[in-house]
Amino acid sequence: MSATPASGEVDRWRALMRAARLVSPRRGQLIFSIVLGAGAILAAVGLLAVAGVLISKAALQPEILTLTIFTVGVRALAFARALLRYGERLVSHDLAFRVLADLRVRFFERLIPLVPEGLRGVRSGDVLSRFVGDVDTLQDLYLRAIGPPLIGILTIAVLAVAVAIVLPAGAVVLIAGMLIAGLLVPALAARAGRRSGLREAPARAQLSAELVELVSGAGELAVYGREQQWAQRIEMADAKLAATERPGAWISGVTSGMGVAIGGVAMVAVAAIGVQATADGRLDGVLLAGIVFLTIGAFEAVVGLPDAAQRLTACAQAAARLESITEAPVPVSDPAAPIPVTIGGSLNFENVTVRFEGRAQAALSDVSAAMAPGSRIALVGASGAGKTTLASCAVRFLDPSSGRVTLGGTDIRELSQDALRSAVRLVSQEAYLFTTTIAQNVRLAAPEASEEQIIAALTRAGLGPWIASLPRGIETLVGEEGAEVSGGQRGRIALARGFIAPSQVVILDEPTANLDAAGARDLLSAIGSERSDRRAMLVITHTVEGLEEFDEIIVLEAGAVVERGTWGELIAAEGALARLSAAA
Amino acid sequence: MATRAQSAPRGVDRRLFRSTRSARVPLIGAVALGVATSLLVVTQAVLLGRVIAAAFPGGEELSEVSGDLWILVAVVAARALCAFGFETSGRLGARRVVGELRGGLTAHMLETRPAGLRGQRAGELVTNAVQGLSSLEAYFARYLPQLVLAVVVPVVILIYVFPRDLAAGTILLVTLPIIPLFMILIGLAARTATERRWRTLSLLSAHFLDAVKGLQTLKANDRAQRQVETLRETGEQYRKETMVTLRIAFLSSLVLELAAMMGTALVAAAVAIQLINGGLEFSTALAVLLLAPELYLPIRMVGQQFHASTDGLTAAQQCFELLDTPAAVSSPSSPLPSPNPRDGALVLENVSFAYEGRGEAVLESIDLTLTPGEQLALVGPSGQGKSTVAALILRLLDPQSGRMLCNGVDLLEVDPKDWRRQLAWVPQRPTLFSATLAENIRLGRPEADNAALLAACADAGLERLVDSMPQGLDTRLGEGQRTLSAGETQRVALARAFLRDAPLVILDEPTAHLDAESSAAIGDSIARLSQNRSVLLIVHRPALAAAADRIITLREGIVVDGQAER
Repeated sequence: MSATPASGEVDRWRALMRAARLVSPRRGQLIFSIVLGAGAILAAVGLLAVAGVLISKAALQPEILTLTIFTVGVRALAFARALLRYGERLVSHDLAFRVLADLRVRFFERLIPLVPEGLRGVRSGDVLSRFVGDVDTLQDLYLRAIGPPLIGILTIAVLAVAVAIVLPAGAVVLIAGMLIAGLLVPALAARAGRRSGLREAPARAQLSAELVELVSGAGELAVYGREQQWAQRIEMADAKLAATERPGAWISGVTSGMGVAIGGVAMVAVAAIGVQATADGRLDGVLLAGIVFLTIGAFEAVVGLPDAAQRLTACAQAAARLESITEAPVPVSDPAAPIPVTIGGSLNFENVTVRFEGRAQAALSDVSAAMAPGSRIALVGASGAGKTTLASCAVRFLDPSSGRVTLGGTDIRELSQDALRSAVRLVSQEAYLFTTTIAQNVRLAAPEASEEQIIAALTRAGLGPWIASLPRGIETLVGEEGAEVSGGQRGRIALARGFIAPSQVVILDEPTANLDAAGARDLLSAIGSERSDRRAMLVITHTVEGLEEFDEIIVLEAGAVVERGTWGELIAAEGALARLSAAA
Repeated sequence: MATRAQSAPRGVDRRLFRSTRSARVPLIGAVALGVATSLLVVTQAVLLGRVIAAAFPGGEELSEVSGDLWILVAVVAARALCAFGFETSGRLGARRVVGELRGGLTAHMLETRPAGLRGQRAGELVTNAVQGLSSLEAYFARYLPQLVLAVVVPVVILIYVFPRDLAAGTILLVTLPIIPLFMILIGLAARTATERRWRTLSLLSAHFLDAVKGLQTLKANDRAQRQVETLRETGEQYRKETMVTLRIAFLSSLVLELAAMMGTALVAAAVAIQLINGGLEFSTALAVLLLAPELYLPIRMVGQQFHASTDGLTAAQQCFELLDTPAAVSSPSSPLPSPNPRDGALVLENVSFAYEGRGEAVLESIDLTLTPGEQLALVGPSGQGKSTVAALILRLLDPQSGRMLCNGVDLLEVDPKDWRRQLAWVPQRPTLFSATLAENIRLGRPEADNAALLAACADAGLERLVDSMPQGLDTRLGEGQRTLSAGETQRVALARAFLRDAPLVILDEPTAHLDAESSAAIGDSIARLSQNRSVLLIVHRPALAAAADRIITLREGIVVDGQAER
């Protein structure tokens, strides 16, 4: 998954180019902030240079009035500097916020087609660290990685021309010094920091993941007396991270020292050249101090460059890591010309077989089922029997390896995914509760739903008395990822989404997972007997009590249908269902 | 909360230096380097003034000033060394501080809040500990040196300038206090702005994370595209709000910049007049002019680095806030030896519990007795406090009132760690750690041999899973490795409990995620596990509760059916 250093090099910069293009509509604002930034530096440098000329002229003890233009000029430059800097900061910060929002949106959009099948095997701590951290890193791309070099180039160009007019050799020193400080040193620093930088990101992700584990597993660690060991594990992960960060500290120290040294040497060199030129009469003596002062000030333009180089590298790595996630093959795609969904048709599975890469046994083999409008079908079987895989096929989270799923006679691969998912609604086992109110969480499934409809759906899901007991009713917050509600309540809120959804087919994956036996039975028999709407319902369950009224019960074992029929038929047959029922 | 947040980083730096031992080294280093740098700055200005004045109007040749030029090179080299020292010692020092804080944080979490952070955002905690604290680097390597220089450099420069040019010295002295004044204003404005920016950033981060984690649900409900709009709108709204704050915050730094620039301009004019009047040597005038911007530079840099530094301080503040939260479970100062649940009954008397910040009690005056070797089933609808009873007995939480006794010993008088040694626990949602399967099962008994491990696997019904794994028990779980289903995870937790071989076992919904057939199989192993042990079984499945010696029903935090003997 992680790019190897050698082959990853080109890929990283390509990824960075692609990431830069994501936010390219902001180019105009970037140019504006660069012009303001360069202007601010030039004003400060100009101030020093003009002040140098001013006192050099004063040393010749002329009439005070002849100096007025210089004293006014110095003050004007002081004002210009302050205003340009203020403007630059406002424009660049505004740009940063816009870019961050752009990046979040763009990367979220890229993630959409991948979920859930395209993201198998990515640890939650990693998603956290990668998607939050890397996207945050990329927000620096324009402002702190690309901006400073451009400001530097612009400033160098203007200053070099100004110096070249009066002291060509001085201009050569200035350009050489600024190129060394601005390009060579950062390039060397980036080169030196690359290896440790490459190791830093995984070490950081590792530490994040370890901490996520620690936070969620703290109770078990305490009960099993392993606090010490795990504190050590975190310490080790942190030490590993520290070791990868240490070279960076030395490198940035050397870079920072080099910056001062190069600026200082350039200053001394320009002073030496200027002294000789003055003695030779090639340079007007009043300009000598100005030229030297300008050289001192000029290096402000390249001060930020080493940091920019580091950020550029960090951005490239972040972009590459983001791509390693978002460039995963898209498991399903929309047809070129989607067919509109037929209203009132049935959902049929026709000889559906699913094989996962690297697994010998098919997850589903040759499963067929028909779900007419208004029907109630139960899919029963042990965990790992392939029930959830079948549900995933129905909403095109994945496509069958062979066979097909049809809605109203049309292969669902001919429909747009959006249209399909509003017609066939899946309430999955891992239904997620968002950090908001109960009402908003239910409304997710039906944005137009009224408060009454939401309460009705929650009541049908068995939460009526609980909601009534809450002081704020359906406006109660559920906490982070639903942490403030119990597992059972969480499942039932998700269930209410299924009930309220304006869809033709509802698939409920393990709606009874967190319910007690009586609750599970009541819920299933209510679904079986409640036939007021014309929607087809497919219930995936491992608890079988309460399925008496269902039109068909399909029992899956190891991906294959082992028996099917009504409750009565299957119990009479004394087969798999009868065994499951007896075990409960 | 809002008022607290506003003043958050104030005093944090002081606490950072007082309570974090490793923070002192970079501080001392910064002061030493600051003094050296200040002296070098003045030396450099004086030498450069002499060189320039020698050539103009002195008319000297290059060879005549080469001595001064070489000394200048040496001064430059020394300044470069100081810059290197500031950066490297600051960064390395910061890293040690971050390590110390992270270590403290994890130790604190494990020791005093093992039941987790209720109401606190776990994601925020992790982001803060990893990303947030890293910003302390900017504080130590960038902000702290400038802060020291901002104090030392002006003093040294004024000592040089005053005896030589009273007018320039006065201008500098007068403009200088304007700057600290604005520094305070900037401090206040920037603090508010940074605080706000940081809180909103982590809020936006949390929002983004929420969306990413819930994407599957959003997609199933055909709402993913709508979420894109929400992300865009939230970002836009945040930008507008923050920019309003920043426009004002930056205004004070505009004034500061202006004061520094105008100060330099005024010094130039004052020095020029002195020169015309013949009251000043040209070389000294050059040195004074060169020192004017140097005087303001560190103060301006402090302002520039302020934002970066407060990010780190705010993270440190949140870290300290967490360290200051009272322990969820207390350890007695002189603990009694732990009782053994094999020797006497575990008794809960009048125990009540409510989560911090939530008014309603989860448990209200419950009584419960578990005699040695007894299998007690605790049943009741979900959300009624069953798991809280487990957490109390596990000493992951302290009850608000009531007593918990084992063999007559008050458990609050016992070191929780000693007591927990008598326990095994299968939580509702067990955690799998990124380690091998064997290491995961050995969690409660790291020293267990392979035979015991295999036996535990057999007892928990894990054999088939182990056989299906590429490296068997040595298969690593976690990132990019094999992920386990909910049912398989449950069995791993059961195997942990088997291997632990503790006198009291707490099973919290051990079969919630298992199908009926496997549950039946697990039922047999639980029966085996229960021999010669006390068991507290939290279940809603009657088939399992039926095997218990006694059933207690918990409803709305009250024991409603305590003595129903079977």
